[in-house]
Amino acid sequence: MASKDEILAGLAEIVNEETGLETEAVQLDKSFTDDLDIDSISMMTIVVNAEEKFDVTIPDEEVKNLKTVEDAVNFIDNAQA
Amino acid sequence: MATIKQNTPNAHSKILGMGAYRPSVTVTNDDVCKWIESSDEWIVKRTGIHTRKRAPKEVSVLEMAEHAAREALENAGLTGEQLSTIIVSTVTFPYMTPSLAAKLADRIGATPAAAYDVSAACAGYCYGIAQADALVRSGAATNVLVIGAEKLSDVIDNGERSISFLLGDGAGAAVIGPSDEPGIGPSVWGSDGSKWDAIRMTHPLTDILTVEQGGERTFSKDLTDPETGEMRPDATLWPTLRQDGQTVFRWASWEGARVAQEALDAAGLAPEELAAFVPHQANMRIIDQMAKVLKLPESVIIARDIADAGNTSAASIPLATHRLLAEHPELSGKPSLQIGFGAGLVYGAQVVLLP
Repeated sequence: MASKDEILAGLAEIVNEETGLETEAVQLDKSFTDDLDIDSISMMTIVVNAEEKFDVTIPDEEVKNLKTVEDAVNFIDNAQA
Repeated sequence: MATIKQNTPNAHSKILGMGAYRPSVTVTNDDVCKWIESSDEWIVKRTGIHTRKRAPKEVSVLEMAEHAAREALENAGLTGEQLSTIIVSTVTFPYMTPSLAAKLADRIGATPAAAYDVSAACAGYCYGIAQADALVRSGAATNVLVIGAEKLSDVIDNGERSISFLLGDGAGAAVIGPSDEPGIGPSVWGSDGSKWDAIRMTHPLTDILTVEQGGERTFSKDLTDPETGEMRPDATLWPTLRQDGQTVFRWASWEGARVAQEALDAAGLAPEELAAFVPHQANMRIIDQMAKVLKLPESVIIARDIADAGNTSAASIPLATHRLLAEHPELSGKPSLQIGFGAGLVYGAQVVLLP
């Protein structure tokens, strides 16, 4: 099971692969849409890749609640438990 | 005991010829931006669509289907009277009954061919190919005309931003007949009605009747103001299309790729043996994602007709295939993987040898 730091690092890699953003830019307080300029389609790609990487399920209706990187890290952390 | 005689089956089936009809009106992203707050850059980035083709008021979905049918027959070297069956996939023929197919059969000289419409939205062409293949091989049909024809501009609301700006009109056709060699692989097709609402009409047609009789309309979240919950003043009585874009993107890109892989495996081919990949032209981002998940080699030509045709639902695969054949004549006789997916949700895929 991945720690929160490992989840953040893993998410940063996924975001980097999808958008080309530097992994350092993916910080807990960043908003996916406002700060990282990630659109709804890219967000879905990130979600599916995160599901595979961390072996969790992130339902469609949950995605809209993942506004910041921290929201996503916390959701994945809880879902792993 | 009496023995019931059976049809004489055919060993295999194949596509003999294809046809297409692209309507005359070009709708640009700048046109779209007069209706919704957006920009050419935003639309291209999220959908890959630069323009879409739409039919003028006087051109019906039946006429578009007829144009495509006549070209497919000519390319197959057949006449209408040599068709035993006509299958039309459409969700935009403005009569619940009788079918577009029966009218079309008469127009192209195919009467008394068996004729019926299929309601499988964007998977409809692949559903039609699945049926045509089975009918020909079983001996229940000789030559089958399969058409995807849509005038989606009749069921859109230019002021909403979930799906209307993606959509275009058009028709594509294929004639399927008996063959000595396998020309159509096993079809992988199915449905997931748990996502029935993911692509939908705003409300049922019976709402129009209710209102005419002085009654209340069905409450539809698609027609209400999200702030107030009240019916929008511009909400039309005529039902129009909506979709949950993220849900559809996720389902189409990953589940769709799984279905396409199954169809490829069922045909016993490796990705590098494919010459072309023709997914339903829903969104360039879905096409790219599917190709990535399928790990298609660069040698496979991927249909990207959506860039200037828009999403034409059941017509998109035959339109895109028709274009590939015009631009790459060397694809004739080579295997193409096609997959349709859409409202239902439904999906259908198979490998076909291009005519």
